Amino acid sequence: MTDKIQVSGSLQNRLMVTLITGAAILGIILFFIVRGYAAQIAQNGQDDILEASLSSILDAAVIHDGTVEVDFPYASLSMLDTKLDDRVFYSIHSDGILISGYEDLPISSKINSEISTFRTIKYKNTTARVASANRILIGEKERIIISVSIAQTQDALSRTLNTISKNVALFGSGFFILVTFLSYWATATTISPLMRLASSVTKRGPQDLRPFEKEVPSEMFPLVTSLNKLMNRLDLSLKQSEDFIAEAAHRVRTPLATVRSYADATLQRVSKKENRDALRSMVRAIDEASRAASQLLDHAMITFRSDKLQKELINLNTLVQNLIINFEPIANMKDIELKFIQISSVEINGDFVLIQNAIRNLIDNALKYSPHDGMITITLGANSGSCLEIQDQGPGFPPEELDKLTLRFTRGKNSNGIVGSGLGLTIVQDVVNAHNGKLKLSNHEIGGACAILSF
Amino acid sequence: MRNFIVLILMLFTKALTAAEWEDEKVFSIGTETKTLRILSSTDTIFFEPIIESFIKNNKDIKIEYFVTGTASLDKIFRKSPEKYDLIISSAMDLQLKLVNDGFAKKINQLTHPSWAKWRQSLFAFTIEPAAIVLNKKAFENREIPTTRQDLIKELRSRPTFFKDRIGTYDVRKSGLGYLFATQDARTSETFWRLMEVMGGLGTKLYCCSGDMIDDLVSGKIVVAYNVLGSYAEARKKQSNEIEIILPADFPTNMMRTAMVSNSTTNLKVSEKFMQHLLNNQTSQKTDQTHALPPLILKPGQQTIILEPALMTYLDKLKRQTFIKEWERAIIQ
Repeated sequence: MTDKIQVSGSLQNRLMVTLITGAAILGIILFFIVRGYAAQIAQNGQDDILEASLSSILDAAVIHDGTVEVDFPYASLSMLDTKLDDRVFYSIHSDGILISGYEDLPISSKINSEISTFRTIKYKNTTARVASANRILIGEKERIIISVSIAQTQDALSRTLNTISKNVALFGSGFFILVTFLSYWATATTISPLMRLASSVTKRGPQDLRPFEKEVPSEMFPLVTSLNKLMNRLDLSLKQSEDFIAEAAHRVRTPLATVRSYADATLQRVSKKENRDALRSMVRAIDEASRAASQLLDHAMITFRSDKLQKELINLNTLVQNLIINFEPIANMKDIELKFIQISSVEINGDFVLIQNAIRNLIDNALKYSPHDGMITITLGANSGSCLEIQDQGPGFPPEELDKLTLRFTRGKNSNGIVGSGLGLTIVQDVVNAHNGKLKLSNHEIGGACAILSF
Repeated sequence: MRNFIVLILMLFTKALTAAEWEDEKVFSIGTETKTLRILSSTDTIFFEPIIESFIKNNKDIKIEYFVTGTASLDKIFRKSPEKYDLIISSAMDLQLKLVNDGFAKKINQLTHPSWAKWRQSLFAFTIEPAAIVLNKKAFENREIPTTRQDLIKELRSRPTFFKDRIGTYDVRKSGLGYLFATQDARTSETFWRLMEVMGGLGTKLYCCSGDMIDDLVSGKIVVAYNVLGSYAEARKKQSNEIEIILPADFPTNMMRTAMVSNSTTNLKVSEKFMQHLLNNQTSQKTDQTHALPPLILKPGQQTIILEPALMTYLDKLKRQTFIKEWERAIIQ
């Protein structure tokens, strides 16, 4: 059955992959946003200092005796000291003519505004940030535009950025690992009701077709509802078919008994050998049919009772003793000795009718397969446990079929000529299952079959 | 005729190059394959021990040592940076500007305290005070001034005695003198008062500490302001005629710095020499007469900081203003 289902992917894996991929994408986006933001803040910091330096130089500009003097304070450049000793360049222009500082630095074009402009330029083989601004000086006769630009390299800034990037990357990786664990946990939690349902379906006995009533997440509700409907239908059709079989068996049994009594009576009357042989075969066939019918009835009864066990305390010693007494006449006919060894007194909690039926089937089987003058040993309570061992001296179970014998209508290869329906061991197995017990079939070393029942 | 012109030209260039240097010395033991050219403002006698201990262990290296003033050193190097491997100067501001302008090579493998280096390119190797040096005879039976104020008071009390007998750097010619003066002016107004008093008494102006100390020993002058303490100490060991005062109001400490030229063709050797120099100067050493002070910061001692602000007074406009004011004070 399971071989035919095609497995494509796993819900949990799919969910995890989705979550982790999402986290990775989020992480990467976050990394770039934080880095960009940090870069902007760091750049703003540098710009602020450059602007402060710039305005301190501009403020120092005066017209003195018709010439421009810019006696800027020591602090103007001192404030540009960084941990990585960034290089500093500046230029002072008067009406566009360089009067001090470095050549080729760009100057602000906003003549009528003292607002600083910032730009990043290539200067002296390195990248520098330039702040520039203008100021108009009004003298007695003249009007002079002073343009100051101040530039600083970005060594310290890039180091800060690298540190931030490294930390953000580290933080992001940690976050990612955490998310991986979280998503594993989340998917496991999400998927667990499904797993629980699956395992409770698996754990159910073959006859257990009750609907599932435990709480399930809303997403699983349709699935469980359909499952319950399916089980309900299955249960119904199973019951119908079993009812049908039981009914059929019941209907067949009575006419069979009638036919058998007529056949017996006829056997008394005919004397011709071939007729008597034919009648005997007939009687045997009728026996077989009626036995099958009664076992079918038994089986139906057991299936029915398995669902609602009527448990009581059963003394196995008494039960087995009574069964042996019942079987004594048949055993005597075949000169078989029934030996009952009671090691201890065993009491179990179970359905009396079912247990009796199961043990009867086992003893019946033993009697059927035992040779004349054989012995059947029934041991109760060995190893101080509640187990019953029934052993005969017959041909034993065919070893290659040991695990199939308990299936319905399966009979051993060596059952030719022996009356049987193939339901005996099935009944035993069903009873044992209903009581959570075990049935172990094996062959004895010195020959003979051995069945061990334990509850 | 042509030969004559060539000869004239040769003589001319020879004279020209000779005139560039205050001193010029080649350290060689004749087995060398490489030449290290050092451009320096430090007198040969102070640097000799360091060079000699270097070539003792590096027999394949010849060292050419050129000495000139701090200001001209800056000009010479800027004109032809490829001619020199190592640049040594006491003018911290000029050196820092050279590095800022991209003339120096980064030497990443050197470990050096962060306060004593800039951009891993400029390395300080001495701490030297600017001192007031006095001729002892001139202050016999008088209290020795310990601060600039004391000195002003002393000069004012004996104007005729000190007339034309005071010396200081000509800040227009000496880079180190300019550095000392600007740092003094930055720290205290006392500097300007002192300059005015000195100017009133007819101060002699010098290019170098050595000349100033010479005149001080001979008695030509009796007070010298902002002399290199290390040079004075060395001279004091020879003749006990001078008194060295490190002003108690605010001391000015300068650091001599070295850097490797960005266009050096001898990077390996230059780095090796730099390492040798720093090792030599950061360890306590035996007492020599002519030894550079080590780079050891005494508790509470402060030096001029290696920072971009050193370029402030190198600004053309600032320099013009400063020199103008200085001239007004000292050349009256």
